[in-house]
Amino acid sequence: MNQTREIINNGLWKNNPATVQLLGLCPLLAVSGTVVNALGLGIATMLVLIVSNVTVSLIRDYVRSEIRIPVFVVVIAVAVTIIKILMQAFFYDLFLIIGLFVALITTNCVIIARAEAFASKNNVWLSAMDGFFMGLGFTIILVMLGAFREIIGFGTLFQQMNLLFGEGASWLKIVIVENYDGFLLTILPPGAFIGLGLIIAVKNVIDNRQKGTEAVSLQQTAT
Amino acid sequence: MDKKTQTTISKNMLINAIILGIFAIIGTAIVAFIYDSTKQRVIDNKRAHTLKQLHQLILPEMHDNDLDTDIIVVKHKLLGSDKSLKAYRARKKNKPVAAIIECIAPDGYSGKIKLLVAIDSNGTLAGVRVTEHLETPGLGDAIEAHKSDWIHHFKDKSLNKPKRKDWKVKRDGGKFDQITSATITSRAVVKATYNTLEYFKKNREQLFTQPVKEE
Repeated sequence: MNQTREIINNGLWKNNPATVQLLGLCPLLAVSGTVVNALGLGIATMLVLIVSNVTVSLIRDYVRSEIRIPVFVVVIAVAVTIIKILMQAFFYDLFLIIGLFVALITTNCVIIARAEAFASKNNVWLSAMDGFFMGLGFTIILVMLGAFREIIGFGTLFQQMNLLFGEGASWLKIVIVENYDGFLLTILPPGAFIGLGLIIAVKNVIDNRQKGTEAVSLQQTAT
Repeated sequence: MDKKTQTTISKNMLINAIILGIFAIIGTAIVAFIYDSTKQRVIDNKRAHTLKQLHQLILPEMHDNDLDTDIIVVKHKLLGSDKSLKAYRARKKNKPVAAIIECIAPDGYSGKIKLLVAIDSNGTLAGVRVTEHLETPGLGDAIEAHKSDWIHHFKDKSLNKPKRKDWKVKRDGGKFDQITSATITSRAVVKATYNTLEYFKKNREQLFTQPVKEE
């Protein structure tokens, strides 16, 4: 149980791939323009992480350490290709927008890092959990960034959700500012850097505060 | 190195190579299987997507042929590129209704703008749509149909309406509004559309009669 909590904490907060490990920033910055793009890529990354972690964990006793990296690469490439093909088949309109970056998940260091650091040393269940929560941590940051950029850049939230959830989901779009002219800076890549910077800053402030209170309570118990 | 270590090394290498090979084969097999079982769906998706684009220009009830297969390859400097482009033909009861011609505005603000220009058989524009561009988000991207209605102004225009000298943006003394802060973009689209109309006029006969080339 403790181990599970550790995995959740690691994925979502302490070792979050986007805000702490700072891995996989290329897609993070490129597709976080709207919530739907961010969510699409986040889910795709999460699926790849789960599939690759589970596979690596399953084969960890059969692959010698000298060739483990090339085998991991094969596993990850296969997982990404499958997800890309499935996306082409079932979410074609979304694929047209973020397809290029789905292929780039292969180069997302988070995935091989988790395969090497976690899945190759742990059992299948824990590895699947790790993949899920690392993916979730990545997705949450991606979606936060997407929401930030969409609200400030376009004045809307959840536009084009139909790309992911079918025509029935178009009503989800919320127009926050009517007749908004758009704010170019947040739509363009610099907006992503600034947004991610702000998110990391907020996280650090919270972490520091927590450290502060811990130190105080330690002092109190000491005296 | 004595002979024994040498054989252990080569044996290890062989085993590693075999393991790696097995993974490569299994991986390829899985990908091939998934690809094969979704192939038809992906093709259908692509087709639906093309048709959706074309049907924004030519309404489905205006034609009764297969728009996305009644295609010829066109190549002309008036179309803005020395590469092969597609022209789709719409017909009803075997009579030509319209042609939708791919063309390129080579002089956009940041690179090429790819357009679909639909022209009625009598030479009137049925509409223009942008399919690919790299113009500035928030400014030049107003050429996209869902971002502003600028692109709709081309409908019902033709080579003589307005006159040749008026086929320019207003800033250059013509009849077309330019998009605010994106004059270069607007200018490029206006020019490419005019050129395509001219191309259509010169090649009208051939555009509709040339048979579809089997691949």
